[in-house]
Amino acid sequence: MTKKITLKINGTEHTMEVEPRMLLVHAIRENVSLTGTHIGCDTSSCGACTILIDGKSAKSCTVLAVQAQGKEIATVEGLATAEGLHPIQEGFHLNHALHCGFCTPGMMMRAIELLEKNPNPTEEEIRWGISGNLCRCTGYNNIVKAIEWTSAKMQGKDLPSTEPEFV
Amino acid sequence: MIAENFNYDAPTSLEEAIALLHQYGDEAKILAGGHSLIPMMKLRFASPTHLIDINNIPGLSYVKEEDGYLKIGAMTKEVEVEESEIIHAKYPIFMDATKLIADPQVRNFGTLGGNLAHGDAANDHPAVMIALGAEVEITGKEGKRTVGIDDFFHGFYTTAVEHGEVLTEIRIPAASGNYGSAYHKAERKVGDYATAGVAVMVQIDDQGRCTKAGIGLTNVSPLPLRATRSEEVLVGSDLSEAVIAQAAQYAAEDCSPTEDLRGNEEYKRHLVGIITKRMLNKAIVRAKK
Repeated sequence: MTKKITLKINGTEHTMEVEPRMLLVHAIRENVSLTGTHIGCDTSSCGACTILIDGKSAKSCTVLAVQAQGKEIATVEGLATAEGLHPIQEGFHLNHALHCGFCTPGMMMRAIELLEKNPNPTEEEIRWGISGNLCRCTGYNNIVKAIEWTSAKMQGKDLPSTEPEFV
Repeated sequence: MIAENFNYDAPTSLEEAIALLHQYGDEAKILAGGHSLIPMMKLRFASPTHLIDINNIPGLSYVKEEDGYLKIGAMTKEVEVEESEIIHAKYPIFMDATKLIADPQVRNFGTLGGNLAHGDAANDHPAVMIALGAEVEITGKEGKRTVGIDDFFHGFYTTAVEHGEVLTEIRIPAASGNYGSAYHKAERKVGDYATAGVAVMVQIDDQGRCTKAGIGLTNVSPLPLRATRSEEVLVGSDLSEAVIAQAAQYAAEDCSPTEDLRGNEEYKRHLVGIITKRMLNKAIVRAKK
């Protein structure tokens, strides 16, 4: 039996008929064609499918679409505005925090909640904060730098250097 | 991976949820945080015909001290425990444990009640609840009943929660006097089940004598385990180094770990001994603060 649900994604309402077993990530990618949210492991390990539900980061491969009825969903497509990139996108861009880019949408959505709860995290807090997101390219250092940079930017502080470090 | 088809209801009251459980029979499952159940359904290890989502029922999420208990609503999420002021101030064992449970996104969903009701000895809260001497409130058609944690776990994925019932509250005797608690698990990576985990609670009188002790073990036996001999050697003692060593040795001897990818039996027993000793020392320091 299908259910009629309305998902509010990045401020726009989408009404659809879904089977209760449809995962939220599939509803977002296939029914709404927002393919910026990636499917990596499909087992809630990798974090590539991370989105925000009512501001809380969630692995959308482990949430049913019917559970998101009436909730505010934010995906990577909603970050940039007419004025330009979101600070977290700018941070990832300037700090070379991606190689292949597959983990990046999930990583950024997770970082947004992390910075909202803890605007000025230490390096250790950032590493614990993104412990549910796997990146197989960068070795994480530039991702941590990007989040530190974004933290400074969002608080109007002096921006750390974005020059690559050679060690 | 897609689960088998099922029907979905999201009741807004406990009475409605219990009525639905009775209506649909034992093929119905309760959906709490869903981060154990949904993966199992995707792998088709579980194929309930009805899911009853209890996330829309108000009043099941809280952390408060009342009537001599720390009371935690069954639908309280791990993240809400992590951020609770009373937990920070008096029950640091939950800070130790939640940090090591899965990852931040999963902790945004996972609930304490679900962690217990799942009935998995590999989960972390069962050992914590054993150490703290918790009791669990279960609500059914006839009303509420209370089950002590030692009678709660019946077998692999089975607990005292009968069909047609919902786990609604967890009650822990409130911390008083010189009270200390600590938890640690060895894990290979974030999100892994424990290779071995140990939860400890001690209460100490003004003369330095142990008046109460609780030790629970994670993932080293088919059911979450109470290290009874270890507790007995601690209570009434002065918690000397020799007593702690004896308690740690008993815990290592009395568990029954099985070999898997995380290690062989000998290694796991060794871990239980080491972690028991370290957590006892940590809990004692916290108790004396």
